[in-house]
Amino acid sequence: MGGEEVGMEKATIICRCNDVTLEDINKAIEAGIDDFELLRKYLKIGFGPCQGRGCLLIAARIFARRMSKSLGDVLANYSVRPPITPIPAKYFTTVNPSFQGGKKANRGGES
Amino acid sequence: MEAYEGESIAIALYAIGIDVFSWSPKLGRPRGPLCMIGKCSSCFMIVDGVPNTKTCRFPVREGLRVERQRGRSTPPPEPIIDEVESLEIKTDVLIIGGGPAGLEAASILSKSGLSVVIVDEHFKLGGQLLKQTHKFFGSVDLFGGMRGFQIAEAYVKNLLSQPNIRVLTETVVYGVFRGGVVSAVSPGKHYLIKPRAVIAATGAQERLLEFPNNDLPGVMGAGGAQTIMNEYGVKPGERALVVGSGNVGLIIAYQLLQAGVRVEAIVEILIEIGGWFVHAAKIRRYGVPILTGHTIKYVVGDSRVEKAVVVAVDDKFNPIPGSEREYNVDLVLLAIGLEPDTRLHAQVGALMKYIPELGGLVPLRTRELETTVRNLYVAGDSSGIEEATTAILEGRIAAYSIVSKYSDGEKAIAAEMELDKALKFLWDEYRSSPLLSRARRGKELATVSKEEMEELRRKYPPPVEFG
Repeated sequence: MGGEEVGMEKATIICRCNDVTLEDINKAIEAGIDDFELLRKYLKIGFGPCQGRGCLLIAARIFARRMSKSLGDVLANYSVRPPITPIPAKYFTTVNPSFQGGKKANRGGES
Repeated sequence: MEAYEGESIAIALYAIGIDVFSWSPKLGRPRGPLCMIGKCSSCFMIVDGVPNTKTCRFPVREGLRVERQRGRSTPPPEPIIDEVESLEIKTDVLIIGGGPAGLEAASILSKSGLSVVIVDEHFKLGGQLLKQTHKFFGSVDLFGGMRGFQIAEAYVKNLLSQPNIRVLTETVVYGVFRGGVVSAVSPGKHYLIKPRAVIAATGAQERLLEFPNNDLPGVMGAGGAQTIMNEYGVKPGERALVVGSGNVGLIIAYQLLQAGVRVEAIVEILIEIGGWFVHAAKIRRYGVPILTGHTIKYVVGDSRVEKAVVVAVDDKFNPIPGSEREYNVDLVLLAIGLEPDTRLHAQVGALMKYIPELGGLVPLRTRELETTVRNLYVAGDSSGIEEATTAILEGRIAAYSIVSKYSDGEKAIAAEMELDKALKFLWDEYRSSPLLSRARRGKELATVSKEEMEELRRKYPPPVEFG
C-alpha cells in the first residue's frame, strides 16, 4: 500500500471517535468485507459523536482505492439517522409527541 | 484558572498551554482540539460532571468544573437533576446556520414580513466570517473592502433591529421528524420547530489525512488554527508545518508568520502550487519553502507533535525512499480542503450526490437551491465548497425564492426580480471567472431543472416535506 510501513498502520487513526485504525480497515478488507456500508457497521466508522464528519471521506477513499471502485459508488448507500450530533439524553424526556401530527408514542402505562 | 469573557473553554485551556484534552476511547491516545468549530469530537471533556461536552462551543463562566476524559465516557456517579424546558415554535422560515449564507438570508427574510428563526450552534453568529481577518474583494453590495468579522458584526447589528426574527444561539438541530418537525436543543431547552420553509446552511468541515500519529495534539485543521489565532487572538503554536498549498494553506502560513509563529515549510503533494501566485509570492518573500511533490510521512511526539517527517513522492504519489526531511514543529496544519456538512440534508431525506468538485456529498437542487425535499433549501458551503461571497449570494437566492413563494402581489414580483438578478450575477458574472471554473462545474452537476426535480421527487419521494 503506497509504501506505507507495516506497523505504522496501527498508529494511523481513521475514525477518531471510535479509534478505528488503518490496520483495522485493511484487516477487515482482507477478511472479505466488500461493501462500504458493511465495513462502516462492522468497525463502527462514523458511528461516534462526530457522525462521520472527520472520517467518512478518508475511509471511503481508502476503501474505494483498495476495491478499485469510484467514490461515488462507495458512498451511494450512505444514510444518516438522527441525532446527527450528540445530545444529552435528558432532552428526550420532555418531548411532547403530539406536536404537529407526530404520532403519540404508546408508553405502556402512566407517565 | 482565569479566562476572558467570551472565550470558549477550549480556547481558555489552549491559551494556558493545555495540549491534551482527553485520552481516546479504546486506545487511550492523547487528543486535543482539531476543528474548533463544533464539527469533530476531539475537544470533548467532562464539564460540570457531563462527559462528551464540546468545549469549543461552551463559553467559559465563573465556577465551571472541567476535567479530562479518559477512555469511553461513563455516566456521572451522581445523577444530575436539572430541568429541561420544552418549547414549540411555529415559524415561516427556519434558518439553520448563522454564517454568511444564513445571515444574508435572515436579513432579507426578516425584512419581508415573514417570521424567521435562525439557529446556530456557536454562542455567537457569524460562522466562519468570525475568523476571516482579510478584506473582501468586490462591490460594496457584497461587502468589498470589509473584513470578514466586520461583515458578521454588520449583519448581526442589522438583524437585532428587525421585529420578525428570533435568534437562537448555542442551539443545535439534531434531526427532522415526521410532519416536518425540526428538533433542536440549547442548554436547558428543547425546541420543536414547525417551519414552512427551511434553509439549511450548515457549512463545512475540514478534510483530514491518514498518516501515522495523525491524531496527536498539534495536528489540526488550518481553519482550527485560524479560529484560535484570528477569532480569539491566541498563538496556536511556536513552529508550524503546513500541509497543502491551496489558498487556505498559503493564507494560514502568512497569518502564522504575522502572529509570530515560525513556519518551517509548506508541503504540497502535487507538482504545482495550488493557490494564487499573489499569496505564494508573499510566503516566498518570508523565505518559507514551498515543497511541491512532497507529502507528510508521519509525526511523532509524546503528548503533542514534536517532529514531522515529510517525504518526496513520485508521479504516482508513492514516497521516494531516502528523500525524508525532518522538521521540529509543534503544529501540523492540514489545509487540504473542506467537505460540505450535509448530515442534516441527508437525514431529512434529500437526494444526495457525491461531487468531487464540491468536496463531498451534496443535495441535488434547483437553480433556486431547493432540494428534493419540498421547501428545504441548501446554501453556502453545505451546497458545495466555494467561499463567503458565493455563500452570501446563495443565501440571497434561497431567501428571495421563499419570499416570492410566500408573499403576494407586488412583494412577490419584487422578490422574483431580485431572485433573477442574484441568479444572473452569480452564474453569469461571478462564477464566470476562470479561477472558479472547478466549483462552477461542480455546481452545474448538482443543479437540475424544475422538470427534472419533479421527476426526481416522483422517483425518490422524500419522507417529509415543508410547507
